[in-house]
Amino acid sequence: MAQTKGSANARSSNGRRKRTKKEEDSPEVAKLREHYEMMVLIRLFEEETERQYKKAQIGGYCHLSSGQEATNVGACAALLKEDVLFTGYRGHGFALAKGIDPGKVMAELFGRVDGAAHGRGGSMHICDAEYNYLGGWGIVAGQLPLATGAAFALSQEDQPYAVLCELGEGAVNMGAWHESLNLAGIWDLPVVFLVLNNIYGMGTTVDKASAEPEIYKRAAAFRMHGERVNGQDLEEVLEASDRLMTRAREERKPAVLECMTYRFRGHSVADAGTAYRTKEEIAEQQENDPIPAFGKALLERGAISSQDELDEIRSRAEKKVDEAVEFAEQSADPDVDTLAQHVYGDPDTADQFARMGPGSPYGERELVLSSGLGSS
Amino acid sequence: MATLTTPPEVEQAGSSTTTMTYREALRLALREELEHDEKVFLVGEEIGVFEGSYKVTAGLFKEFGPKRVREAPISEEGFVGLSVGAAMMGLRPVVEIMTLNFILVAMDQVVNHAAKVRYMLGGEVGCPLVIRTPNGAGNQLTAQHSQSFEQWFAHVPGLKVVAPATPADAKGLLKAAIRDDDPVIVVENLPIYKEKGEVPDDPEFVTPIGRARVAREGTDLTIVAHSFAVKRSLEVAEQLESELDVSAEVVDLRSLRPLDMQTVADSVSKTNRALCVEEGWSSYGTTAEVAARIQDACFDDLDAPVGRVGMAEVPMPYAKNLENATLPHSEKILGAAKHVLGVA
Repeated sequence: MAQTKGSANARSSNGRRKRTKKEEDSPEVAKLREHYEMMVLIRLFEEETERQYKKAQIGGYCHLSSGQEATNVGACAALLKEDVLFTGYRGHGFALAKGIDPGKVMAELFGRVDGAAHGRGGSMHICDAEYNYLGGWGIVAGQLPLATGAAFALSQEDQPYAVLCELGEGAVNMGAWHESLNLAGIWDLPVVFLVLNNIYGMGTTVDKASAEPEIYKRAAAFRMHGERVNGQDLEEVLEASDRLMTRAREERKPAVLECMTYRFRGHSVADAGTAYRTKEEIAEQQENDPIPAFGKALLERGAISSQDELDEIRSRAEKKVDEAVEFAEQSADPDVDTLAQHVYGDPDTADQFARMGPGSPYGERELVLSSGLGSS
Repeated sequence: MATLTTPPEVEQAGSSTTTMTYREALRLALREELEHDEKVFLVGEEIGVFEGSYKVTAGLFKEFGPKRVREAPISEEGFVGLSVGAAMMGLRPVVEIMTLNFILVAMDQVVNHAAKVRYMLGGEVGCPLVIRTPNGAGNQLTAQHSQSFEQWFAHVPGLKVVAPATPADAKGLLKAAIRDDDPVIVVENLPIYKEKGEVPDDPEFVTPIGRARVAREGTDLTIVAHSFAVKRSLEVAEQLESELDVSAEVVDLRSLRPLDMQTVADSVSKTNRALCVEEGWSSYGTTAEVAARIQDACFDDLDAPVGRVGMAEVPMPYAKNLENATLPHSEKILGAAKHVLGVA
């Protein structure tokens, strides 16, 4: 069994009923149950997200994590709260796994004021500074230089933490991948590039897109450690993430961790996901669904006592999703008067812009220049 | 009659000044801010042992060491983006892009990341980033190295853009930019790196962002310019005075975003005529923006259509005579001024 050595989990353990076997009561086993529950929560959250999208409560681009939960939870379980997380735009699962309240995530999807980004970001731009999740980012590979810079800041200030940067396998043919890995390499930056290889960049397979489709091997171009794990196995992802994050924190060494995974839904909710792959292929991949597989493993090991307990975990997750939707529904729309808030943050900004008014386009003076361009 | 005047803030500072070049003023600002705040670091190509392609950072690597003056590989997208990420973590990076032309490969990080950090993340995270880089043309640098793109950045909410025209403002605006909590693009200029002027010694002196400067007072025509075009415009104002007895006022914008339209409008409502000048192409340019705002703000004050001058709309050619024909030199500005004055 994978050890969670040296990895503290930000989430607190819920009250548990009494166990019958010794092993079940160890903190490691309790954590595995939590990881299982988080995977179930992500799956149910994403299913609800798709329903809410179809009810037009959620708009814009919306990319679901279903099928990739083991990577979300396994990688985030290796993070300290102070470790920094960056992701691309398929970020709901990571946000939840990093510990952000599901209500705040759902409220952001709804575009409400209590959302993680107060209705400014939406599905692709969930963030939570308190949990050091510095954003879902919407331009493929755009988050890589940012994550490298966050690692640079940790290094510059001698902070004993590291950065986890998620990307899809489709991002590795962008220049930002090359430039980021190179900088991380020459400056010994504490960052782990977590490549979720779900085989498809939209509808383009990895072997059509990448001259070296085994992505982890490309780390060698930067004399960087690279390895591949089964991304449908939570414990494999957790073990490798924990080992590489610890190495990044302690030895200031960057790495590439490639997780082989599969998304069960389309690229986004607008994509049926069947134009470029067969239903048979999807069905076959669903045989490797990481959630029932892990649930079964926990049952066999006695870490979960019975099917009833699995059902109970599912009910708890369902309740959390229901509460998240309720929270989002009850949260207000952002006030239009705050439209220009946070464009800038310097306290002198309003004064700096105070003389821009004469001749400005219709609406700008009223909506932007006069309504507090600063952060207050 | 006012000419190349000392900026009013210098006088207001009330303390001593030193004569130095625009380049030295920038270097002094960097040195003072590196000393002032340990979160500040410099990053860019050849800014260390090479001392900067244009020697702005000369001596700073020796003084502050490789951690504070970080020599980057040729990798603009990488180190601009890295600086955005470092700024999100609370550091204050000052990025040198060797010339403005090379920022194009990092545009995604500037426009789609730096400018979006604070707003898109709901105000949860900031980005106190400075990118300093020279624009401008001349010296037969040709098409890929003779451009002025500052208006591209001024177009983008979330960014601030300043463009100093004097040594005092080079120091004052760069310091203001480094102390600002938002991403600021500081557009320097190749031909004026060697210009000399009085610069305040007070390390707390900054030029406020968003305040234009009346570089020369006048009553008959307002010439609006920024960066090197201010110098050209001041020369033309002298010619107008001596040749035509026309009193031209020159407004140095200093900041492009925010844009101090109040100073421009006050001037135009006094002179009733306006000419906008820039080093780059005028189509969709700074002059287009300023002219549009002048016609709205000063419609009843204008005695003539607002004039514009910029670089000829061709990629910069190499041959000296062709390059000269492309630049917005004094003769072109003078011709445009005469047109606006109705004396052409």
